[in-house]
Amino acid sequence: MLPILGPLIFSLLLTQRLFKFSKIHKYELWEKWFRYARYFAVFLFVAQVIFQFSNTTRWIWHVFLISILLFGFRQKEMNSLRMFLWAFVPYVAVSAISDLTAVILTGFYTRWENYFDTASMLSIIWLGAILFSHYRQNKAEEKERIRRQKEDEINRAIAVRKVELEGLVAERTAEITRQKEELEQTLVELRSTQDQLIQSEKMASLGELTAGIAHEIQNPLNFVNNFSEVSSELLDEMKEELTKGDTEEVSEIANDIKQNLEKIIHHGKRADSIVKGMLQHSRSTSGVKEPTDINALADEYLRLAYHGLRAKDKSFNATLETDFDQTLSNIEIVPQEIGRVILNLLTNAFYAVSDKKKQLEKLKANQKSSADEKPYIPTVVLSTKKLKGKLEVKVVDNGNGIPPAAVDKIFQPFFTTKPSGKGTGLGLSMSYEIVTKAHGGELKVENKEGQGVTFIMLLPLKNK
Amino acid sequence: MKILVVDDEKDIRSLFEQRFRREIKNGNIEFVFAYSGDEALKCLQTYQHEAVLILSDINMPGMSGLELLERIKKKNHTPPPVVMMITAYGDDENYKRAMQLGADDFLTKPVDFSSLKEKITKLN
Repeated sequence: MLPILGPLIFSLLLTQRLFKFSKIHKYELWEKWFRYARYFAVFLFVAQVIFQFSNTTRWIWHVFLISILLFGFRQKEMNSLRMFLWAFVPYVAVSAISDLTAVILTGFYTRWENYFDTASMLSIIWLGAILFSHYRQNKAEEKERIRRQKEDEINRAIAVRKVELEGLVAERTAEITRQKEELEQTLVELRSTQDQLIQSEKMASLGELTAGIAHEIQNPLNFVNNFSEVSSELLDEMKEELTKGDTEEVSEIANDIKQNLEKIIHHGKRADSIVKGMLQHSRSTSGVKEPTDINALADEYLRLAYHGLRAKDKSFNATLETDFDQTLSNIEIVPQEIGRVILNLLTNAFYAVSDKKKQLEKLKANQKSSADEKPYIPTVVLSTKKLKGKLEVKVVDNGNGIPPAAVDKIFQPFFTTKPSGKGTGLGLSMSYEIVTKAHGGELKVENKEGQGVTFIMLLPLKNK
Repeated sequence: MKILVVDDEKDIRSLFEQRFRREIKNGNIEFVFAYSGDEALKCLQTYQHEAVLILSDINMPGMSGLELLERIKKKNHTPPPVVMMITAYGDDENYKRAMQLGADDFLTKPVDFSSLKEKITKLN
């Protein structure tokens, strides 16, 4: 059996392995050759059966196997298959030599035939052992190769995914950057709008002040004019008395003149400080805190606010009560800004009390009630007080109070309860910003509906 | 002749005293000053019928000059005191209201003292 099937089986093993090797390592030409070599082996076996194992087919087997082995040994690329190829060498050599000896030295062959058979057996055992170890090794290698291939595939997939993700990230980054730029642009626009609004609110409150300022300047100016005139008249009288020689009268007149001059200076200074205050109010503030006498500041803005409203609305009148804590020392604030807050609170208070008065008058006119009820006296109280570590500025009015629905919204920008055109809705929100953000204080409201509102500004006495 | 001057500006006193220096010295005119509407009403109670002329500012905190005028005219003194209103705002609205309430004259600040003197001498 073995001499018949041996060449076929070993040829198939050899060609199959080499074919696979070529396929795996993508040697396309060799792959083709070894495929044909396989067919050839099968063809040769069939021919062998047909020709009843003629000697010719035997020699063809030898040539076939030897040429394949030689080819394999000569290819550098097949170095890893050396061991495999060596497995076949003894068998091919032994069978070829024994056949050759049988032809050339027939006598010698017959005498030593047993030895040739043993050598052939040994070569097959050798072949089996080597192949067994080779296939085992090959299997392990194959496993490793597959593992590595899978790993490669995974790595490749990861790499692809990575590129995809990087693309995605770049896209997102670009989008976010664009959005960020848009937002920054919007922020810049909002800032400039805010600045404009602040400026227009300042101008609006300045408008409220102008009438008051005009009145406040007119009064001292009147005094300056009047006292100058009277002094000049007094000088004429003094000359008359001098000619009469009434020195007592002369010195009396001189005293009066001196007093008048002092009054002129006083009222001149008064007008001066008002103009300065007005300039300070309209100028954009540097935001620099400076030690300020809060009582004087509050008083100044009280006069301005009151006379401002009086000048605009002739029928307006209110009782002003002030209660300034005289123990207060100077406090570090931005005077124009806190002045604006006080002005704003006072303007609101005046508006509230005059609104209530008008409302009551209308009611009275409609009812024509003769019953003399207790008359409504519009009253606004401005007070300062030193608390523990804090300064309290309180503005109390006895107006109608804030409707409960509106009380939560009063510090919101653009919210106003005044009829349209009468308020910007920025006064309290700006005041709130000034007190809480710029000065670290508090601005609170106590609302008694129908009875009035109390605004309380608390400022820390020691600035950190 | 007694004149009550009502104004919240205190310096008005020395101004009037100097302007009417001679008249005061001669004893022709006696000035009384009040710095608010309330004070003016109190003064009027004390002096009763003595005050012949009242000069009142309109723009005062608390009781305004117009309210004071209304109250004085309501009290029906006989003879009713002459009330002249003085204001820094010589506007129509104030003028009409003052006249409606029975003001005898309406002056604007700064006060023209020579014309005021003439008016006073006419009253005498």
